[in-house]
Amino acid sequence: MVKITDVEVEKIARLSQLELTSEEKRMFTQQLSDILTFAQHLAQVNTDGVPPTISVLDLVNVWRDDEVKEWLSREEALAEAAVVEDGCFKVPRIMDEE
Amino acid sequence: MELWDLTVHELSRLLATGEVSAVEVTQAALERAQQVEPAVRAFVTSTADQAVVEANTVDAARARGEQVGPLAGIPMALKDNICTRGVRTTCCSRLLEKFAPSYDATVVRRLQEAGAILMGKTNMDEFAMGSSTENSAFFPTHNPWDLERVPGGSSGGSAAAVAAGEAVFSLGSDTGGSIRQPAAFCSVVGLKPSYGRVSRFGVTAFASSLDQVGPFTKDVTDCALVLNAIAGKDELDPTSVVDTPPDYRQFLGKDIKGLRIGLPREYFAEGIDDEVKEVIMKAVGVLEGLGAVVEETSLPHTEYAPSVYYILAPAEASSNMGRLDGVRYGRRVEAPDVDTLYNRTRSQGFGAEVRRRLMIGTYALSAGNYEVFYQKAQQVRTLIVRDFEQAFTQYDVLLTPTSPTTPFKIGEKIDDPLQMYLSDICTIPVNLAGIPGLSLPCGFSQGLPVGMQLLAKPFAESTLLQVAYAFEQNTDYHKQRPQVTVGGESNA
Repeated sequence: MVKITDVEVEKIARLSQLELTSEEKRMFTQQLSDILTFAQHLAQVNTDGVPPTISVLDLVNVWRDDEVKEWLSREEALAEAAVVEDGCFKVPRIMDEE
Repeated sequence: MELWDLTVHELSRLLATGEVSAVEVTQAALERAQQVEPAVRAFVTSTADQAVVEANTVDAARARGEQVGPLAGIPMALKDNICTRGVRTTCCSRLLEKFAPSYDATVVRRLQEAGAILMGKTNMDEFAMGSSTENSAFFPTHNPWDLERVPGGSSGGSAAAVAAGEAVFSLGSDTGGSIRQPAAFCSVVGLKPSYGRVSRFGVTAFASSLDQVGPFTKDVTDCALVLNAIAGKDELDPTSVVDTPPDYRQFLGKDIKGLRIGLPREYFAEGIDDEVKEVIMKAVGVLEGLGAVVEETSLPHTEYAPSVYYILAPAEASSNMGRLDGVRYGRRVEAPDVDTLYNRTRSQGFGAEVRRRLMIGTYALSAGNYEVFYQKAQQVRTLIVRDFEQAFTQYDVLLTPTSPTTPFKIGEKIDDPLQMYLSDICTIPVNLAGIPGLSLPCGFSQGLPVGMQLLAKPFAESTLLQVAYAFEQNTDYHKQRPQVTVGGESNA
């Protein structure tokens, strides 16, 4: 049994950059416990010496010449942003005024 | 027969001889959509005006005697997580409700070069997370075979649009079954290509080690035609493989005598509906009649696949979806500081299923849980890959049901996420192994479609098409169409 507590749900929500209502907190506490309890049967599988699969392809680093190519213009790149200023994305202040 | 009811290859012949024009074909599909869309609701965005303009362009090119592409004048629909320049691409999320990309996905560019005409963008579970299309932030899509039932998911709109004749073919994406399961539920052909076969550039990432893009079509020939158009290396997707794909049409009509088909017993075990099994075994009989050698086999780690998937896919999603923060695109909820801005934007922008999966993924990746869940799941994934490798040393193809049940009712599973997750048990292992999987209409149970899933080793789409075509030529399930009832009137 994996029992997720309210406190853990709050922590996971914070790490996920989510805010939950108390009703959602209650619902997710139960559902996450159920899903993770189900997933716990993986512990039964002997995986000693088994490498993890990260990709099914044998990918290797591919190098290309660092050439300037025609791509999106600055206007196009900014077109979908909600708040733009002086050709940049704008976010609230992240450092204190000193 | 109505124009909207025809296949890509049938329409292409009529278009080539000049018996019909691209505008006529497009108008027929638009009229069909107008008629059935109030009941089916496959589309979230219509591009009707642009479609007519593009169809005119195709007709004009043909009239000038120019060489046109292999899909010239064919109406298509695209899942709404596939970026279309200037046409909103919402992933059926509130967060991207107004997002209009400034570039096309590679598959879109290739289909446009082939001459296909975009009819619109189709409904889906939000960010492709779901198995019923009920997780769309906008509205559910209804199964054309029974409007009270789900079309499957997450590419439910793309499957329903083709089944109902609103588009001749469509594209979906498949991370754990999101093409094959809706194809089975709507009685159309759905292919998840091998991992690496089709570019994902411009397709919103869900779980990058599992995602693939593939077609929904009315028959196997069309599947080969659309795959021809989209397959192949793309510099913009480093996971697309370099080798040149074959012309997939050449495998249609090849004899299947002596071909070895394995039936993994875990896919016929408890949890699989008895009537579904019965329909599948009847289909197996057809293939045996054509000379295929059928044997029971085993993929012993199958039972662990859903757990592996529901750890790895949310973990990858939780990382991929960090970019959805309201800053560069999408809806933004203002706040005095940047963390609160992110939190509010995401909390108000994402539906319950997306938040649930982001939290599972974050949990599985966080300190103390990483080894127990994430790394363990990656190791068990290796065992699942090896099961398939072993099976393909003995068999050309594995055959299973696509879904453990026929389409369920809208609302039936939405409050029980675990039950919803288990509706993908037959399709999930295929993504984990990166192999190609094709779902093919193979019969009905109490009037509801049943799909069979054919699997082959990596990049052996050719074998899947060969077997599927042989089956199709000896049955008529692909010719059966749903009677869509609109406002009490049946529209065959």
